[in-house]
Amino acid sequence: MLEIRNLHATVNDVEILRGINLVVKPGEIHAIMGPNGSGKSTLAKVLAGHPSYVVTQGEILYNGRNLLELAPDERAREGVFLAFQYPIEIPGVSNASFLRLAYNQKRKHQGEEELDPLEFDDLLQEKIKIVEMDKAFINRSVNEGFSGGEKKRNEILQMAVLEPQLAILDETDSGLDIDALRIISNGVNQLHTDTNAFIMVTHYQRLLNYIQPDFVHVQMNGRLVKSGGKELALLLEEKGYDWIKDEEENRQTAASN
Amino acid sequence: MFPERSKEKSQYRDGFEVFLTAQANAPQWLASLRERAFAEFERLGFPTIANEEWKYTNIAPLAGQAFRRGSLEGVDLAQVRRQLRIYPEAERSRLVFINGVYVPEFSVIEGLPAGVVVTNLAEGLATRQEFLEANFATLADFENRAFTALNTAHANDGALIVIPRGKVVETPINLFFVTVASPIAQVSFPRVLIHAGEASIATVVENFLTLGETTPDTAPAFTCPVTEIRVGDGANLEHYKVQKESLRTFHIANTFADLHHTSVLNSNSISLGGQIARNRIAVAFKAEGGEMNAKGLYYATGKQLMDSRLEVDHAVPNCTSQLLYKGMLDDKARGVFNGKVFVRHDAQGTNAIQTNKNLLLSQTARIDTKPQLEIFADDVKCGHGATVGQLSQDELFYLLSRGIETQAARNLLTYAFAHELVEHIKIESLKEELDRTISSRISSTEHGFE
Ligand SMILES: Nc1ncnc2c1ncn2[C@@H]1O[C@H](COP(=O)(O)OP(=O)(O)OP(=O)(O)O)[C@@H](O)[C@H]1O
Ligand SMILES: [Mg+2]
Repeated sequence: MLEIRNLHATVNDVEILRGINLVVKPGEIHAIMGPNGSGKSTLAKVLAGHPSYVVTQGEILYNGRNLLELAPDERAREGVFLAFQYPIEIPGVSNASFLRLAYNQKRKHQGEEELDPLEFDDLLQEKIKIVEMDKAFINRSVNEGFSGGEKKRNEILQMAVLEPQLAILDETDSGLDIDALRIISNGVNQLHTDTNAFIMVTHYQRLLNYIQPDFVHVQMNGRLVKSGGKELALLLEEKGYDWIKDEEENRQTAASN
Repeated sequence: MFPERSKEKSQYRDGFEVFLTAQANAPQWLASLRERAFAEFERLGFPTIANEEWKYTNIAPLAGQAFRRGSLEGVDLAQVRRQLRIYPEAERSRLVFINGVYVPEFSVIEGLPAGVVVTNLAEGLATRQEFLEANFATLADFENRAFTALNTAHANDGALIVIPRGKVVETPINLFFVTVASPIAQVSFPRVLIHAGEASIATVVENFLTLGETTPDTAPAFTCPVTEIRVGDGANLEHYKVQKESLRTFHIANTFADLHHTSVLNSNSISLGGQIARNRIAVAFKAEGGEMNAKGLYYATGKQLMDSRLEVDHAVPNCTSQLLYKGMLDDKARGVFNGKVFVRHDAQGTNAIQTNKNLLLSQTARIDTKPQLEIFADDVKCGHGATVGQLSQDELFYLLSRGIETQAARNLLTYAFAHELVEHIKIESLKEELDRTISSRISSTEHGFE
């Protein structure tokens, strides 16, 4: 479904991604961990098509197509979804009308009938249950004045409505209380099928108690330097990142000798 | 009435003299008021950009144009009636003026509480002489104000609204000032006097609009209104002004308000039309505890110029003024904002906040904004700020990342900017109508609007 080959990307002329390789197949859940500033959010935003990030090398194939040729909104309509680490507040745009517009634009793209506000409301009521969100949030402005955890829930609600094929969750678990973590994880598990895939950026092994990843990757310095199964997360929890850093340095010295 | 293509102020006298002769029956106090006002206008002439207050608003195109006093001549009233959209809240409480002339057939005033006066000014002059003699033009000081002087000299109709003490008027009182597009350049001088008596509550809506299509043959129109509002002790007045005139119109309006002890004035202004539209509101606190909330939205496209000017005089202690004006400027439009909040030496305990936010929707749009505070008291809470910006790239990306197309996303964010000022309108169908007008204008102005 997704194939990232030797991806390099810069922001403000600083190279942040320095050769990412990753293959994601339908049905898989990948976790990406790594120290602060290693470029995890950068990777997520490059996948979503954020204009501040410039791809300087490499390619991204999504369902066999060159993802980099698609505009951000096209990617979204094609099923790519990014749950932002820091969701944006949009005063004056109601959550409901925003979701309906997004949903209908996707339907239109797929050649389906658009839903009118009443029909959409029915759908929304169902989706709200998944994230156990208070209905009052629906008529509030998008994320405006939402607490950190409420914003994350709202991201998952959007995901539930849009039913993406490839969802990238950037630290959706950060700042959540235990209940919210459980609810959001349940949401992800409910939405997970064998035709869609998830990339979850996280700092915490505990998320992986709720959501079982097929692969865990460690990102450092703009590269995925180590990959493994769920046990890698446990190892990181126990030993931190230093040993990987050491391994990586040794590998590089070996390579240059 | 005014001469062709002349800026010679003295030549405006001809038109004025014709008017005075036609108004020979006017009471002496009014005739002499008009003469004084006209003399002041003659002394001043039209302001030019050399005048600090008009620095960014060049009205040369208006000054150079000759106008005739508006009339019903050649107006197809049946057609006007079909085109005039009266929202449900105005069904039973409205006065309608066409080209400045009161049209009783289109006006309805029913079911208001006993004692409430809503009448056209000409009628008021016949039946409420004494009241008008005592109150007319007492707030609208025309000294050094050319347009207020011009209106005072020429106004012969408009609205008189008197809410007696303690009366609560639930239904909004609606005024419609309609200009019918015409090949003849016409001017109207709507004049409104609102007296909200002690502890009364009322809502007044002033609608300014043009009917009929603007074609290449349509002549310019000039609307020159003056509104005086007295908010009595403990009274609460909700005032709306909605201006949707044609792009061939010059709209230069002055509103004056006096706020008495613990009174509240909520002023809401929505400005969408006009080639040059200027709205000035001057508020004076006359006794302690007054509160003024002024909200305004101006949305200019094409080559429109919109100028908002607010003057607030905190002359007494413990009053509150809150100003929030937002502007959207597209294409080659220009906006001007001036907020002048004056806190005098004795006005301790003043609370004054003014905010002006502007959204520039094109590279060629422009805004000159100047919120000002002059504070001579020390125990006050005051703040002011202005912003000029474009649509937020982060917000835009967020919408795009959910699959919303660029143009739709831009429109949604543009609308969101205006929403804050439309949302709080308490007259439901007026709100919905403005909602629709603004949204459809946003989606139709992708690439200019002439
Ligand atoms: N717009 C930008 N301008 C300059 N530097 C940027 C910009 N965006 C990101 N960076 C830098 O790129 C690097 C990677 O940032 P990124 O947000 O991708 O890290 P991260 O791995 O997600 O970190 P965290 O775990 O803290 O979320 C950081 O050093 C950051 O400062
Ligand atoms: Mg990050």
